[in-house]
Amino acid sequence: MSNAKSKERPEGYPDRHYLNAAHGLKSWFLTTDHKRIGLLYLLAITLFFFLGGAFAVLIRLELATPGGDLVQPETYNRLFTMHGIVMIFFFLIPSIPAVLGNFLLPLMIGAKDVAFPRLNLASWYVYMAGGIFTLWALFEGGLNTGWTFYTPLSTVYSNTAVTTAGIGIFITGFSSILTGMNFIVTIHRMRAPGLTWFRLPLFVWSQYATSLIQILGTPVLAITVLLLALERTLKLGIFDPALGGDPVLFQHLFWFYSHPAVYIMILPAMGVISELIATFSRKRVFGYRFVAFASVAIAILGFLVWGHHLFVSGQSVYAGAVFSVLSMLVAIPSAVKVFNWTATLYKGAVSWETPMLYALGFIGLFTIGGLTGVMLATMGIDIHVHDTYFIVAHFHYIMVGGAIMGYLGGLHYWWPKIAGRLYPVFLSKFAAIIIFVGFNLTFFPQFILGYLGMPRRYHSYPDEFQVLNVMSSAGATILGIGYLIPMLYFAWSMFYGKRCTQNPWGAKGLEWETASPPPTLNFDEIPTVTEEPYDYTPKEVQHAG
Amino acid sequence: MEILRNLPLFPESASTFARDVDALYFFGLFIAAFFSLLIAVLVVVFAVKFKRRSENDYGIPEKTSLPLEITWSVIPLIIVLGLFFWGVKVFVILYRPPADAVEYFAVGKQWMWKFQHPEGNREINDLHVPVGVPIKLTMTSEDVIHSFFVPAFRVKADVLPARYTTVWFEATKPGKYHLFCAEFCGAEHSRMGGSVYVMEPHDYEAWLAGEEPGKSLLASGEELFTDLACHTCHTGDTGGRGPLLTNLTGSEALLADGRTQERDDLYLRESILDPAAKIVAGYQPLMPSFQGQINEEQLLALIRYVKQLNQTAPGEGVQTAAQSSAAAADEG
Repeated sequence: MSNAKSKERPEGYPDRHYLNAAHGLKSWFLTTDHKRIGLLYLLAITLFFFLGGAFAVLIRLELATPGGDLVQPETYNRLFTMHGIVMIFFFLIPSIPAVLGNFLLPLMIGAKDVAFPRLNLASWYVYMAGGIFTLWALFEGGLNTGWTFYTPLSTVYSNTAVTTAGIGIFITGFSSILTGMNFIVTIHRMRAPGLTWFRLPLFVWSQYATSLIQILGTPVLAITVLLLALERTLKLGIFDPALGGDPVLFQHLFWFYSHPAVYIMILPAMGVISELIATFSRKRVFGYRFVAFASVAIAILGFLVWGHHLFVSGQSVYAGAVFSVLSMLVAIPSAVKVFNWTATLYKGAVSWETPMLYALGFIGLFTIGGLTGVMLATMGIDIHVHDTYFIVAHFHYIMVGGAIMGYLGGLHYWWPKIAGRLYPVFLSKFAAIIIFVGFNLTFFPQFILGYLGMPRRYHSYPDEFQVLNVMSSAGATILGIGYLIPMLYFAWSMFYGKRCTQNPWGAKGLEWETASPPPTLNFDEIPTVTEEPYDYTPKEVQHAG
Repeated sequence: MEILRNLPLFPESASTFARDVDALYFFGLFIAAFFSLLIAVLVVVFAVKFKRRSENDYGIPEKTSLPLEITWSVIPLIIVLGLFFWGVKVFVILYRPPADAVEYFAVGKQWMWKFQHPEGNREINDLHVPVGVPIKLTMTSEDVIHSFFVPAFRVKADVLPARYTTVWFEATKPGKYHLFCAEFCGAEHSRMGGSVYVMEPHDYEAWLAGEEPGKSLLASGEELFTDLACHTCHTGDTGGRGPLLTNLTGSEALLADGRTQERDDLYLRESILDPAAKIVAGYQPLMPSFQGQINEEQLLALIRYVKQLNQTAPGEGVQTAAQSSAAAADEG
């Protein structure tokens, strides 16, 4: 196509960089370069994303008609279970931390690599090992417990591949713990001279908060899944009431990890959005310290709210009230972030580049997701909408509208850094709009369906819910196309895209002060930091002011 | 137009509780819509108004304003605390059934609902109830966790194995309403349900009369009490091998290990299925387990029967039993 163009080298384009520093499969699979490991993750999670997406396609096809006519009920149950497991544990949780975090964290703090490069590679293999178990579970016929594994359905009444998938999740959890630990040590120990905590980019702050959750929460998931497997195989009476166990105990343990896990998905996306808003407004993020501490506040509060999943599970009203009010408090740091981002746009120099479209979309969708979360934390509302499509809509606004928009925004923003090449501008803006429209058409009707009373995880449903379900399925088609387009042009751009300059956005941040793509050791000379982050105002103006 | 007629936006409202939930929901919706629109408008206006004109444009940085940060922290805090208190208030309504509620029973199993009326009538997947009468359901599950959900009533409560949970409602409008299982419970989860038929009282009476009446719950309980030979140890004239079943409702037992135990439904259930678990002080663990000999419905009947035996406050009978199971639910 534009072969001649793709060979053009802008001034300063590096001859040697991490992509061509070594060749052959071995140089990739045994690399300790955080950038290459980031790309290994990118490849792996993209495969899982399209696998999870394929399940979603079948789910939405089935739900286009009220009758259960496309697949058997049992098949349907396996589809939504695998959709949840693959998307949450193998795509969303590793997405921003393992891909963008791995690639950018050392670059952003002026380090040559993460603190433990070999451990970093090991975490990718651990992730893949967990992924293989999960794929194996799929070949065993999948499982039918929902991604929530509620007992005693999962321990006594399901004869599907629960244990295999459980082992997969157990193993993958360790990759998350290792990455989190690596990042925390890296941020503490490897910052460039002059890079104080309050000079760190907000993406680093959010990664730090996320890593805390990863290392503190994931072990609880591991324990829970292990207990589940032990009860299934050895008939240990932990959750099964027939053996003297308590099924609700499982829900407490499960959500003790799985609620904070939502913040593992959304906090890094918030970090990305802070970067995008600053770069494309050419302005320091308003209320920098408040945005930074809001990440930490969300990480801490996130551990104290799990019981809001149990309002109607037979939990006492007093426990429910405590969890309700604590859940409400999460709204405050979240609101602080949204208001500060919005305020950053004010008197900014806003450009509408593709990544910024994702960032602006994120603010709107996250706001809707967050506010409907506040509604769900309201006990009197939750009674009715709990386990309905309202909740499905809510968490997709957070996880897809929030986390995936953040991920894609980040990928578009740092792509020139990653690939040293550009992607088609018009097509990428078109895809961003398609995704925004498709997303809303898919999930907004589900809020209405939920309040009407359509329960989630239903293979067939009463006729009167059909119109809204058809809207949702139509939206999912558009959304699916929207996701295919970037995958195609990124794959194309990696090899044939026009080569870019070192800093095509004119962005601040240490990652832009080295070549694009960067050399294997990131910086020819470790930079010294002397200024605040996002210092876009020209020096002469600063002095004048 | 055809599509619009088939596009419902709001569920039917057919219970006293529905009004409370809807009012709260509209407030929550108003807050969510207001702030979503506010943010969306600000974002769009700023993105347009401050669009970058030239490559050399840069934003004008502003000092963080503490008053501003405090303002936009405190205002949301006040709003969410308001929602919190209102939410608890509504939730408590569902949590505390009125004293005069009539007790019905529900047992969930993969994949059906079994209901029993106080008069003894039994139904599967459908439930007929009179309008204007507060009805309390005491529920348990034979297998996995289910959830009783009637959208038109805005009520939902999980139904657990080896636990009793309750839910109550007072229907306000005759009609036929969906009954769903809301907690994923296996292959036929989406078919585990039916309809709740709300009827005028005289229609309900006629319906009851036209059905196979069945034994009342207390009569079933009495029959089980004899059939399982409970009376041989637990009545006054048999040498006291087991504790007397007197004044069980709302009282506490002193256990052999010195603890006290409220004699709620769950304790009585455990004492039938696993008698050795909590022995009353002064007695020997002689009683055999009835695990496997009695199903969940029979257990409920037996518990209701023994709870009204020799109750010192006469005339309260079943009604008191109903209250105590509310207490049992509180325990849960």
